[in-house]
Amino acid sequence: MEKGHDYLVALAGNPNTGKSTVFNALTGLHQHVGNWPGKTVARAEGSFKYMGKRYKLIDLPGTYSLLATATDEEIARNFVLFAHPEVVVVVVDSTTLERNLNLVLQVLEISNRVVICLNLMDEAARKGLEVDAKQLSRDLGVPVVPTVANVGKGLNDLVKVIAGVASGAIPTSPHRFTLKPEIRKVLDEVTPYVKKVVDDLPNTRWITMRLLEGDARIRKTLENGDLASLATLNQHVSIAESTEAELKELFDRVQIAASSIRESLHDHIVSSIYADAEIIASKAVTKTEAPKIDMDAKLDRILTSRIIGFPIMIALLMGVFWITIEGANIPSQLLAEGLFWLEDQFTLLFRWFGAPEWLEGVLVHGIYRSLAWVVAVMLPPMAIFFPLFTLFENFGYLARVAFNIDRIFKWAGAHGKQAITMCMGFGCNATGVISCRSINSPRERLIAILTNNFVPCNGRWPTLILVTTVFVAPMFPSAVSSIVAAAVMVAITLVGIFATFIISAVLSRTLLKGESSFFTLEMPSYRRPQIFRVLYTSLIDRTIKVLYRAIVWAAPAGAIIWILGNVYVGSETLMTYLAGILSPIGLLIGLDGIILLAYIVALPANEIIIPTIIMGYMGASMMIELESMAGLHALFVAQGFTVVTAICLMLFSVLHYPCATTTHTIWKETGSAKWTFLSNLIPLVVAFLVCFVVAQSAHILGFG
Amino acid sequence: MSSMTKQKLEYETLAEIKVGQRAKVVGLLVEGPTRRRLLDLGLLPGTEVKAVMESPLGTPVAYKIRGSILALRLEDASKIMVNPSR
Ligand SMILES: Nc1nc2c(ncn2[C@@H]2O[C@H](COP(=O)(O)OP(=O)(O)O)[C@@H](O)[C@H]2O)c(=O)[nH]1
Ligand SMILES: [Mg+2]
Repeated sequence: MEKGHDYLVALAGNPNTGKSTVFNALTGLHQHVGNWPGKTVARAEGSFKYMGKRYKLIDLPGTYSLLATATDEEIARNFVLFAHPEVVVVVVDSTTLERNLNLVLQVLEISNRVVICLNLMDEAARKGLEVDAKQLSRDLGVPVVPTVANVGKGLNDLVKVIAGVASGAIPTSPHRFTLKPEIRKVLDEVTPYVKKVVDDLPNTRWITMRLLEGDARIRKTLENGDLASLATLNQHVSIAESTEAELKELFDRVQIAASSIRESLHDHIVSSIYADAEIIASKAVTKTEAPKIDMDAKLDRILTSRIIGFPIMIALLMGVFWITIEGANIPSQLLAEGLFWLEDQFTLLFRWFGAPEWLEGVLVHGIYRSLAWVVAVMLPPMAIFFPLFTLFENFGYLARVAFNIDRIFKWAGAHGKQAITMCMGFGCNATGVISCRSINSPRERLIAILTNNFVPCNGRWPTLILVTTVFVAPMFPSAVSSIVAAAVMVAITLVGIFATFIISAVLSRTLLKGESSFFTLEMPSYRRPQIFRVLYTSLIDRTIKVLYRAIVWAAPAGAIIWILGNVYVGSETLMTYLAGILSPIGLLIGLDGIILLAYIVALPANEIIIPTIIMGYMGASMMIELESMAGLHALFVAQGFTVVTAICLMLFSVLHYPCATTTHTIWKETGSAKWTFLSNLIPLVVAFLVCFVVAQSAHILGFG
Repeated sequence: MSSMTKQKLEYETLAEIKVGQRAKVVGLLVEGPTRRRLLDLGLLPGTEVKAVMESPLGTPVAYKIRGSILALRLEDASKIMVNPSR
């Protein structure tokens, strides 16, 4: 996609303004996601054709500004400044025009060919706001296209205008914000020296301002070759490297000029921008009638209510678990039947070929069977859970959850965003760990990474659900068994969340000492999610990915399990032999040797804990099929499995060390062997301690 | 800033603004990246803010600022000087 485009177009905008929606609508399936060179920020690029010309579109990270120093902002502004896009489209939330204009005015400062996509016009209307695109366009000096991106309204016009601006058919004369005369004078003195270093920019005033403010990153960008490398993104531009002497002269000038400015230049610039933004917004926006009921405020009052805010969170969590368990039940059964039928066919095929028994064993009863198990038990719940979760996310509820529980994270010395990264962990802890990138403070990011594992991911649900259905649910009428299962899941999840709080607090008082950093939480308006988009992206992006990696890890584990069950040490299998060694430790913490062995074997993929345990109990050479629950119950009980074992197993499952993929992700994200090691050691110690205390107390009290 | 120290007694911090109450920002007592972030979000001297809701646990509190809603922990809000509207 590097070559063959006629125009390069960048999409900028505040977070949550519909940038990705516009991007997806314009590029359709012609897109791919990579990373920004050397950065851990995702970069989506795509292309579209219009009137015989090819346009390459880059979705920049969502930012409020180009002035601050966060990585996202650096990427966005470097791209706009140095990659020389022919057009920069700024997607704007028309309901909060003033704040969005802060970014718009900054973009207009550094780029001439800008198009404003005035999005969320339907929401503005709903809130009784009328936004005059023509007026806005006159004031900003660039075209403004009103859109409702989620239904595609206005996007044809947008493409037409982008094409017009790209070809030069639509002229632009961007508004440049007004600065105080004395500041302007200082800037004018330095600007010529900036021009010597970068003479091909539409406006160098911005670079001068950044340098005067002492922006180290801009300075570094000028010093190293980043300019040239970004420019190669656009084939039409070539850049000459500046000489060292020119750079030195510039930096000397900057130093002299900076000392002559008394007040904070940054404060002054931002107030200048906002002063212009206020005027421009007030001319463009008219409040029609104030809506009679503010739905957002009403919903907020319920969802963050002092009395029912928490009960609603728990009820929703339970609802999601219940729908997932109940909905996955039949598809899982059908999948299991189908896949195990296929296994029989494989067996027949192997026998027909006269393949050696060990080969059939490893391939069919080891590898294939564990794959079949993983697909059957994981695919249906994931295919239900991920879309549900994404719906809540897109609706805007996650921000409310963060708002509700933030005080506890504050107490724990953790970052407020940890509430969000923790919720991401429900799907997959590796995903949760990656989402911790959004936390800027290294200390708080580490805390979030180290504790993410305490929320049970999808891979651990099968264990939790099965143990609940076999051991807890039978104590209740069968009609409510899935409700009971959901309730147990909620309880065990709360244990995990509690552990998150405690361990985070301990870490911020010991190894990662420090106070929480300043935290701002944007509360987005509630939006009706696009159901089909959600289904599509959560199935493709999340379900398939997570399932794929589960399968990749389950295959070798399946082979190992088969070998353990079929290689003999004296008169017993390797499995029984090893379980015997582990047994004393297992019993101490309410488990047994087989369970511990299963946790070692299933290190790469938590999903196959249960089949491994079953196989160990059966002593048979293969994992059995999911027969009747009563049969499983009998099998477990015969091995001395009690309710206490069930509870300890569930506790161990939620608290123990992360799976291999998550560990690998932690290593990649932290780049540190020490923290990766601790990310495994801490949960292991916690799991052992908790299970030990529970098992021994139960013992003393006379249970089990 | 100099006028602020002179009439300090008239100002409160944002943390003292109760839900439903409005105030005007007078100054920010933070520096560095945090200050930049707050300025970028539109919390400038002269900006009108309204406390709109409180977390069930008492903090953070959400404020309406230039049409959008932003939640701040009380401890952080106490670093923002305001002039309450009465
Ligand atoms: N009502 C409404 N919703 C929109 C509009 N544009 C996008 N959305 C929704 O806003 C949410 C955020 O959009 P997204 O493209 O992910 O925003 P981004 O963060 O800027 O990339 C999604 O749920 C979209 O469906 C619009 O014009 N009107
Ligand atoms: Mg996006």
